[in-house]
Amino acid sequence: MNTCRQPVLSRRRFVTGLSSATALSILGSTPLLLGSKRYSDAPPVMQGKLFDLNIAYQEMNFTGSPSIATTISGALPAPILRWKEGERVTLRVHNNLDQTTSIHWHGIILPTDMDGVPGLSFGGIPPGESFEYQFDLLQSGTYWYHSHSGFQEQTGMYGAIIIDPIEPEPFSYDRDYVVLLSDWSDESPSNIYNKLKKLSHYYNFRERTLADFFEEADEHGVANAWNNRRMWNQMRMSDRDISDVTGYTYTFLMNGQAPADGWIGLFDRGQKVRLRFINAAAMTFFDVRIPGLRMTVIAADGQNIQPISIDEFRIGVAETYDVIVEPESDTAYTIFAQSIDRTGYARGTLTPHPNLKADIPALDPAPILTHADMGMGGQGAHEGHDMSGSGMPTFKMKGSEMPGAGMMGTGQAGFGSSTPVKHSTTEFGPHVDMRADNPNYRLDDPGVGLRNHLQRYDRTVLTYADLQNLYKTQDTREPQREIQLHLTGNMSRYMWSINGTKFADAEPLHLSYGERVRITLVNDTMMNHPIHLHGMWSELETGDDHYIARKHTVIVQPGAKISYLVTADAIGRWAYHCHLLYHMPGMFREVIVS
Amino acid sequence: MINVKTLFPLFFSLIVLPVIAGVKDDPVLAKMMVNQLEIRDIGDDNITVWDAQLWAGQDLQKLWLKSEGEYTNGATEESELQVLYSQAVAPYWDVQFGWRGDLKPSPDRHWLALGVQGLTPYYFEIDTALFVGNHGRVAARIEAEYELLFTQQLILSPELEMNFFSKDDVETETGSGLSDLEAGLRLRYEIRREIAPYIGVNWSRKVGKTADFARDEGNSVDITEILIGIRAWF
Repeated sequence: MNTCRQPVLSRRRFVTGLSSATALSILGSTPLLLGSKRYSDAPPVMQGKLFDLNIAYQEMNFTGSPSIATTISGALPAPILRWKEGERVTLRVHNNLDQTTSIHWHGIILPTDMDGVPGLSFGGIPPGESFEYQFDLLQSGTYWYHSHSGFQEQTGMYGAIIIDPIEPEPFSYDRDYVVLLSDWSDESPSNIYNKLKKLSHYYNFRERTLADFFEEADEHGVANAWNNRRMWNQMRMSDRDISDVTGYTYTFLMNGQAPADGWIGLFDRGQKVRLRFINAAAMTFFDVRIPGLRMTVIAADGQNIQPISIDEFRIGVAETYDVIVEPESDTAYTIFAQSIDRTGYARGTLTPHPNLKADIPALDPAPILTHADMGMGGQGAHEGHDMSGSGMPTFKMKGSEMPGAGMMGTGQAGFGSSTPVKHSTTEFGPHVDMRADNPNYRLDDPGVGLRNHLQRYDRTVLTYADLQNLYKTQDTREPQREIQLHLTGNMSRYMWSINGTKFADAEPLHLSYGERVRITLVNDTMMNHPIHLHGMWSELETGDDHYIARKHTVIVQPGAKISYLVTADAIGRWAYHCHLLYHMPGMFREVIVS
Repeated sequence: MINVKTLFPLFFSLIVLPVIAGVKDDPVLAKMMVNQLEIRDIGDDNITVWDAQLWAGQDLQKLWLKSEGEYTNGATEESELQVLYSQAVAPYWDVQFGWRGDLKPSPDRHWLALGVQGLTPYYFEIDTALFVGNHGRVAARIEAEYELLFTQQLILSPELEMNFFSKDDVETETGSGLSDLEAGLRLRYEIRREIAPYIGVNWSRKVGKTADFARDEGNSVDITEILIGIRAWF
């Protein structure tokens, strides 16, 4: 009976055959012990082919004061759904809220009407009603699920999905844990959104002060300090604008545990531990490391990649990374996930004994944006006293000869676009506050706040340039055409759009069934945007056409561009959007494949 | 003349809309800002001065109410109200037009207002407008404000206001040309974003004909006052 609370998901140990009904009855009668120090407080697991998921309001307490969450089957995060590749799953979702809800199976390849996006896949699940999702599992790996209605995701509607493969996995491990990261606020999400509309820097308490200027002037001279400020002052932009919503209101959670207690994962000395990192936050990117342990990344967004050994990685909202660690001694290790703006962290402990904890490292310095982050790549040397590093690495495509460049105005599959960047007329007006003049591919740039960590801290940081599929590219065709999309917005008015047109005013993007298309995203804002295409893989072009990594969510760095290939093999209406929850209402497109 | 009272129901119907609208990218919102609510000349006249604004609307179109005035010894000495429609025209700029009423002191004066509000490079907040009144009277006003962060919460804001008139107005004791200058320096502490008590100093000077009118009445033309106040919004 206790299996549903079992923290260890080892396939060898996991007791199979637990029906979802049993799991539910346990959940229904067992109060959740969130905030307790019990190490067994991992998300419950539901396994099988038939699932009943109940959406309801539930009181939670992450901050010391109780607050109402929207939960799936009484848990926050929602129960881990453990599926088997090749099977057909049925999920009956019952809505006990007083508003329409939905569940989207993030990264799962499925029919359009099972995708769970109200208005596109179906009408949503009205209050008091149920919806039955049913689809075949054509893939394996780590994914997640969440509400696609309103801002419900912020209030707790997210959970992990594990799909066990039919074939044996190309790596071995003894323990298997989900490490799901999220951000919790006692404020209602609509309050947060409205505050951002009224005062866009409401949550940013890292703005430049007079002292910062004097410090800079002291270091570089008044004239230099003033000149370094010039661009920012003229553009009326803040180089400290890293996250819209910060630790001021957020409590960062790891598997639903606030940092004070932290989640605990057990291991025995010498064991290999698989950690399935999922960023289920509404607005927060995390930089993850485990001091004392090197991580081998084995999968990105559920898809196996060629293993790469690193010390630190950035996980954008909605991304997943699977890593394997091998703790060799009998000591505890802190899993440290600091928010990108360094206003807080989520924390867990890998330990041989529940009472044994490790030190919590200090937060790294708060990142400061550089000129390169504003898409002024050509002149990117103005680092000022950027705490995040000096000297922007310039990405060179592997095999930078770019064979085929110029062909039909595109570049060769796997190597990115050679089409010039163009700003459409809809990008001009009061709704767009900047356009990147010179956006570059920055695949080997780990991003603001992570630069030069090898020199500075002896930490190797994962970059997109490291991602190569473990398996051969399936669709080896050249892209037949290219779609260039610009991520746009006005930070001070808190408006977000694509090509300057917000979702409400936008025409759908049309893809022809079966075509191979390149999408090039240009980030004309100063924020990182995690862009998620539903229904089809985003095959990230990192300079190799044979082993193109498949992702479902792609970070576009500020002032940068990035390209991926899409095979339009899924007929229907699909959502395509920024996964930052408060950007999503505007920075959203419908994609129609027909 | 516009009946101000009829505008309020319209305003509040706009405020209620977001509840119906659910999660749209551009909900109708309202923001009430009390930029200044302060006591000047502390201990003597205890003059209460306010400067408050309310907007309701969406990202690019808003309705604005702007009110400022002075209250001394149980009576409103000065009161001005503007009702404006605001249209965004550039990333940091709104064009605003509507009505301005100088309600106190009497006699009241009414103007058509056409203004520009926004943020210049180097972060100067500007609110400037041209006012057209009866009898071919034209007035202009320039307001500028800057914010200097000592810390994230301790903020010094210098500001400057100038008023110009095309014609003398004996009844309201305003003279043509530059009529008055006002400069303030306020140091506020944001307890939280929405609430900030402050202390400061305000200097105002009447100029030209306006100064002559004041002298004739035996009033001073050059006033420096220490002040204490609170800034709040929601």
